[in-house]
This record gives sequence, structure tokens and C-alpha cells, in this order.
Amino acid sequence: MLQIMEGSHAVAEAVRLCRPQVVSAYPITPQTHIVERLAEMVADGDLDGEYICVESEFSALSSCLGASAAGSRVYSATTSQGLAFMAEVVFNVAGMRQPVIMTIANRALGAPLNIWNDQQDSIFLRDSGWMQFYAEDAQEATDLHFIAYKVAEDHNILLPAFVCFDGFILSHTYEPVDIPSQEEIDAYLPAFNPYQRLDAKKPMSFGMYATPEYYEEFRYEINAAMQRAKDVIRKAGAEFSEKFGRDYSGLVEGYRLDDADTAIVAMGSVCGTVKDAVDEMRDAGERVGLLKIRAFRPFPKEDVREALKGVSNVAVLEKNISLGSGMLGAVGLEVKDAVYGSGSSVHSYVGGLGGRDIRKKVVKTLAEWARQGKDDCFFGLREELL
Amino acid sequence: MTENTCEYFESGHRACGGCGPALAGRLITKAAGENTIVVASTGCMEVFSTPYPETVWKTPWIHSLFQNSAAVASGIEASLKRQGREEKVVVIAGDGATFDIGMLCISGMFERGHDVTYICYDNEAYMNTGIQRSGATPYDASTTTSPAGKLSNGNKRPKKDLPAILAAHGSPYVATTSVSTPKDLMDKVQRALNTPGPCYVQVHTPCCTGWGFDGCKTIEIGRMAINSGLWVNFEMVDGEIVKAKKVSRVPVDDYLKSQKRFRHLFRPSPKTEEIGKIQEIANRNAEKYGIDIKPFH
Ligand SMILES: Cc1ncc(C[n+]2csc(CCOP(=O)(O)OP(=O)(O)O)c2C)c(N)n1
Ligand code: SF4
Repeated sequence: MLQIMEGSHAVAEAVRLCRPQVVSAYPITPQTHIVERLAEMVADGDLDGEYICVESEFSALSSCLGASAAGSRVYSATTSQGLAFMAEVVFNVAGMRQPVIMTIANRALGAPLNIWNDQQDSIFLRDSGWMQFYAEDAQEATDLHFIAYKVAEDHNILLPAFVCFDGFILSHTYEPVDIPSQEEIDAYLPAFNPYQRLDAKKPMSFGMYATPEYYEEFRYEINAAMQRAKDVIRKAGAEFSEKFGRDYSGLVEGYRLDDADTAIVAMGSVCGTVKDAVDEMRDAGERVGLLKIRAFRPFPKEDVREALKGVSNVAVLEKNISLGSGMLGAVGLEVKDAVYGSGSSVHSYVGGLGGRDIRKKVVKTLAEWARQGKDDCFFGLREELL
Repeated sequence: MTENTCEYFESGHRACGGCGPALAGRLITKAAGENTIVVASTGCMEVFSTPYPETVWKTPWIHSLFQNSAAVASGIEASLKRQGREEKVVVIAGDGATFDIGMLCISGMFERGHDVTYICYDNEAYMNTGIQRSGATPYDASTTTSPAGKLSNGNKRPKKDLPAILAAHGSPYVATTSVSTPKDLMDKVQRALNTPGPCYVQVHTPCCTGWGFDGCKTIEIGRMAINSGLWVNFEMVDGEIVKAKKVSRVPVDDYLKSQKRFRHLFRPSPKTEEIGKIQEIANRNAEKYGIDIKPFH
């Protein structure tokens, strides 16, 4: 049944349905409404788990690591400065192959201090070994949590995952959301079955140190798991689609891409705006489509190449920038690599940083720029301030 | 103390011969027994005990980072509680991990009241990275980041009083002990484990390499520290000092002379004023903990 809910509360409901046994998080805007709601659920007995009120994000993720290693399903949420503060543990959780799920309410990183949305925070940890999913709306943010746990805990994967949704734009907005029942989710997501755990009956050492003789193979294994995850995500998404009627069988999603000569590539909530702009451009006779990237890690290189086959001009709408790489954002770098040699020309347009609004008009301009072959650049800059 | 003949910290590790922390690891696990999960911080003990794919630990053991053991342990404890399991959780971390970089996580764990025993093996510096000073380094010790030189007598600040800080967090049980007093060490570890809530045990663990003494003298050096009053074995229950090991104190000079880290205090001739300041520290300890059997001159 559709209910009108705040995005954060929809995420909290999804988390509750996943039955985490330990929740550990530290408040930061715009993630706060999620963890406040989870604390209420624990206080009311609606979520049967331990809620650890930690003193920092660093401890939030560290305690999740410990709880996971001891055999519990765990959950955390953060954003921006909180995620940066966790960075060392972020790498460590992946290296120790703990299937931790963490919601990221995407927000810009300081300085200057800015609480509004862009995607720089999760992007900066793209090489940490966490899977990264990006949601377009509150429904997708909700559903991706079920899928994320299922993939992360698969014994052939054992990787942690970020479920990213745009701060404020999604976290603080009310939308109709369909929340599945507990029975439905229990049938989709089985109870946590740890591959290994800290257990006095079967002592094992976790997180040892590895010399040059051994270290590289650990990194290879994580990367191999990332590659395997693509199929597992497709499968978990397809099973979800079958059970719940919402299609997550792809790591990317095309919108009016068939016969398109120009494509916008984007992640997250801006895809909604892009879809509207595409409709209007289509009405005006332009052959434009959208390629939405739902899984940024593992990056679905083959799917992107396939989806953009025959598209001459690609405009990547970037809500992050890889400083020093020219004008490129991280998504453009990946897309360029994916379509290399196929004849499409890819342009990376950076904007919407620190919460600056992206409107349909802007999207249409970017499509036009791509057609004209305009170089990688920022869009929406206020020239008078430079 | 329950008699325990089992070993949970096997031989074959890579510590220096005569390593105080290695001995502490063995005694702690022996006292804690098989129903224990050990959480380790980055440092000498972690590195010498678990070069992948080998391990000396016969109980479940986990290492994550240098500074987060208390937080990892908090999560483990919560997880065990949720699963209805009854293993004990013990952190074993160096003084750098404990006194300096881990303070945030430790303070959080003690304030939240997790049922975890936190044990610091105090070798009074960062040994794993090459003998740099920590908040536990004693006054005037020469380390690679507090070297004695023409204008310096070594480390400029006295040891941080971590037991008092953790007792102030409301810890029900805080104790100090030494590898030189193994029975005391094992008793205190067991008492900490059997006391519900966050407990702290700080173990003095002489480090032959970092302090500069012969590896066969570890126990002797530890005893000299106690007999000088520079190290006190005591117990605090609910913030009150309830017991301290009494000694017939001897001047600090012999203890200082026994180690290279204090050598600069005697060369070319004894710096009596500086040595006097260290004697003052020992005297203050003696007064605070009431350890003198007979008046000290
Ligand atoms: C964030 C971080 N900073 C620095 C280091 C480097 N480091 C590893 S162990 C260590 C010192 C450990 O000292 P201590 O806790 O006293 O243990 P010991 O080596 O003396 O046994 C340092 C500085 C690290 N691993 N992580
Ligand atoms: S340097 Fe010190 S603490 Fe480290 S292994 Fe050697 S004796 Fe032990």
C-alpha cells in the first residue's frame, strides 16, 4: 500500500524490515532523521536490536565491524564529514569482508562547510571495496536496502555496501512509498548466516597483518568479488522484481534510449528531472535519452557500453569532481572507459555541487553541449564570483 | 585465582627475546581462559603474534586498526548480548593505542558501560614504529621523538594518569599490575573479567629493545620499577583506591641506570637535579598510594 512518507523514514522502515541485530550510528545532517526514527523503533520495541549510541562516526563503523564479525547483521548511516571521519574503517571493513550496510544521505564535503547535496562524499570512497548503489527516489532508496543486504551477505560476495540517496532532495522530501510487509521481506531476505564469526567454540584470528608475500592476493580477491557481484546484483534485483513488481534487474536503467543519438548519464535524484527534460526534448523531436547508473561499484562497464551503443553524444551530469583530473567527475571517467573505441564521444559536465539546483533547462543545455562537442566543464557557474 | 594449565598464546611468535608484552599476552589469556574473544590494536603484540597465515592465538582474536579496539569491542559485546552468548570480551592494546590515539573510542566505551575488559600493555612508548614517545612515556625518557640532546633531557612530561581518567568515567574496576608480578596480573585480569561493566587493567611490560636492556632482565627491570616507586601496582573499585602493593623503597637511581633510555642522565656525570625530579615523582606516587613499608630516605 502506498503511504506518503519522508524519504528518511521510508529508509528507516526498510532497515527495520531487514532486522538488523545491531545498529550503531552518529547523527549528522541530513542523515539524522533515519537514525532518530530507528532509535524510536528500538525504544518502542518495534525493532528488536541493540542500538549503540556511539560518541563518533569513527566508533559507529568500528562497532559495526565488531558486531558483524561476532555474527550479527548490522546497520549504520552517515554522510559527508561523518563518512570522511570513518574513512579508515571504511577500507578496513571491506578488507575484512564484513557485509555491513550503510546508508549515505549524500552531502557535499567541506571546506567550505556545506550541508546540501552533491555526491562527492560517497564518490571519494569509490576505491574502498564497498559496493555503491544510488537511488533516484524514496521508493528506490527503500528497496535498495533489501537488495544490498542480500548481495552483501551472499557467501560468494561478502562485501559491504553504501546505499546512497541524495541528502534533503530525497531524505527530507515526502513521497508516496510502498513499504513491503515483514513476511514479504522475510521471504526475500533470509536471516544473517555469517560465513565465519568470532566464536570461542571455533577460535579464528581475524584481521591479521599480511606481508608482501600475501597482501596482493587479498586485494585481488576483493576485486574478484566485486566482479562476481554484478551477476548477484542482477539476480537479487530480478528476484525482487518478481516478488514486488518493481524492476531492479539491471545495474543501469535506460530511459527512452532506443534510437537516441544523444544521452544524458546521471545517478541519483537528478534522474527524475532528466526524465522530464528528456520527455520534453522528445516532444520537440530530439532523439535524447537517459542512462541512469544505479550501481556505481561494481561499475557495470559492459552494460553501459551496451546501453550507449549507437549514441553519438554523451553528456555525463556529474555531482562530484575528481579535482586535478581536468574537469572530469568520477562518473565521466568510468563512462569514457566503458565506451572507449565505440565511437561515442563522452563529455563530463560538473555541477549541482553543494546543493545548487539542477533544472530541466540546464539538462537541455547539457544535451545541446554534447551535440556540439563542448569540452568537459562546469555548468551553472556564477561567472561574476570567479 | 583458578588454576589454568592451558595455553592460549602459543609459542612461535616473532617478538624480541625477553619481550615484556609477549609474556603479558600469555599471562592474560591464561587468566582469561578459553571463553574469551580478544580484540587487538595495531602495535608490536599484533604484529609479532599474527603474521598471516600464522597465529599464536588459541582464542578468537580480531584486529581492526590502531585506535578503534574499544569501539570494535563495544560492537562485539552488543552482538553477543543480542545472540545470548556469554563469551567475555577483552581488549589488549599498547600504551600508544590506549593513552593517545584510541582515547575517543575508549572514553565512549567506558561511558556507555559495555561489559568489556580493556587491558593496556604499557611498554611506555610506540615500539612497533621505532620507539617514539607516547602519553605513557615517563619523564626524561629518551625516545626517537623525545631524544635527549644538548638542550633536552628527553621526554618533557610525566605519564598521563589514565587509570584516574577511566575511574572518573565510572569504571567499577581499574587496576595496575606488572609482568614481574604474574600472580597479581592474573588475579587482576580475572577480577576485571568477573566484574560487570567496563574495567581497565594496565600492565607494566618492560621492553628490552625500546628501553635498552638485556632481554634476560625483563622481570628484574619490572621489579626495580616497583621497588623504586616509579611503578605502583594498585586497585581502584568504584573510583576509590582500595589496595596498593607496599614496598621497601630504594632510590630511583639503580632503575634509571639499568636502561639506555635514561643513560643521558648519568653522562658524562650524574645530573643530580634531573634525577632528583624523577625521585620526586616516585615520592609523590608513594604518598598518593601509601606504599611505603618504612620511611624512605
Ligand atoms: C592511524 C594510524 N597512525 C599511525 C599508525 C602507525 N602505528 C602503528 S603501531 C603504532 C604504535 C603502537 O604503539 P603502542 O600502542 O604503544 O604499541 P607497541 O608497538 O608499543 O606495542 C603506530 C604509531 C597506524 N597504524 N595508524
Ligand atoms: S620492541 Fe619491545 S615490545 Fe616490541 S617485540 Fe621487541 S621487546 Fe616486545
